[in-house]
Amino acid sequence: MAINAEHELHGRRRSRNVGLGLVLVGFIAIVFGLTVVKVKQLGAVQGFDHVVRPEMLPGEEAPK
Amino acid sequence: MTDMTVQAPEHEAQFGDYFALLKPRVMTLVVFTAFAGMLVAPVSLHPFVGFCAILFIAVGGGASGALNMWWDADIDAVMKRTRKRPVPSGRVTGSEALAIGLALSGFSVVMLGLATNWLAAGLLAFTIFFYVVVYSMWLKRTTPQNIVIGGAAGAFPPMIGWVAATGSISLESVLMFSLIFLWTPPHFWALALFMRSDYDDAGVPMLTVTHGRPATRRHILAYTIILAAFAVWLGFTSAGGPVYLVAAIALNAWFLKGAWDIFRRDEVMAEADNYTTEKAFFKFSLLYLFIHFGALLADAALRAGGLI
Repeated sequence: MAINAEHELHGRRRSRNVGLGLVLVGFIAIVFGLTVVKVKQLGAVQGFDHVVRPEMLPGEEAPK
Repeated sequence: MTDMTVQAPEHEAQFGDYFALLKPRVMTLVVFTAFAGMLVAPVSLHPFVGFCAILFIAVGGGASGALNMWWDADIDAVMKRTRKRPVPSGRVTGSEALAIGLALSGFSVVMLGLATNWLAAGLLAFTIFFYVVVYSMWLKRTTPQNIVIGGAAGAFPPMIGWVAATGSISLESVLMFSLIFLWTPPHFWALALFMRSDYDDAGVPMLTVTHGRPATRRHILAYTIILAAFAVWLGFTSAGGPVYLVAAIALNAWFLKGAWDIFRRDEVMAEADNYTTEKAFFKFSLLYLFIHFGALLADAALRAGGLI
């Protein structure tokens, strides 16, 4: 049997739940935004892809 | 079938009651001064990082407000001004205020450290510790200099804003700290002179009661003289500029005159005109701080626009 009746208490708690929900969504947005800004500030980032990268070889092998 | 009963507390806290724990009105001053401290700094932050830093400083300030309401619930319940706060009015329990204050303190410090740097985060942590432990728990109820010590906690936000941007504490940030720190005592003691405060009933020592009103008038003048020197000094650093310097000289001359007038008066004169001078000085003190930081922002804008 489903309980459908909504107690007046649930209405009063709604403001708390909605408020906390908005705060959590805002927090996610902030962490995501900060991550984007921080990663962009690193400049170009090269991923490790199992391929020899000539620029990472020791300096003595570089042509003079 | 069994009966189910719901025991609802008489006043159930709404979201706004938890928000009120963070002292939103104090928070606006924190946001404004931290913003000024950050924009005046010679290093500019990414706008989103700057926004986040201000937000975390504000949340940290709010957390210290919640911890203060947890600790001071007994005296808040006695004083008319604070009787309707969430904890003394019974809408939020003391342990909830403590939990929210501790959680938001940790959250704001860690997030400020991750967003900017750990010196700024450390300063924010120290501000919360200073306001809650040194001021609220220790000195507020034991010394009439409580206003001076409490003012230090309110003076940290522009310094934290500056450090968030630059990563170091320099002379400019120390002078911005001094501006608020030295402004707080004349501001509050002027209020204490004309407000028949109920701090007595709560057992909080106020200078007007412990040392008398003539001593309070002398203290206002002394702090205002030191304040004026520091406020004008800030104008000669890299944070200042022509707008600030002109504003600081005019505002401090006016503030000094007000403090001198207060010093020259006694209670008979003050009661005769219903504390007109003291009330005018108090009202002007609000404008005083606002215009000083506004002028700093104006000079920063002029520098950014290449005009000076």
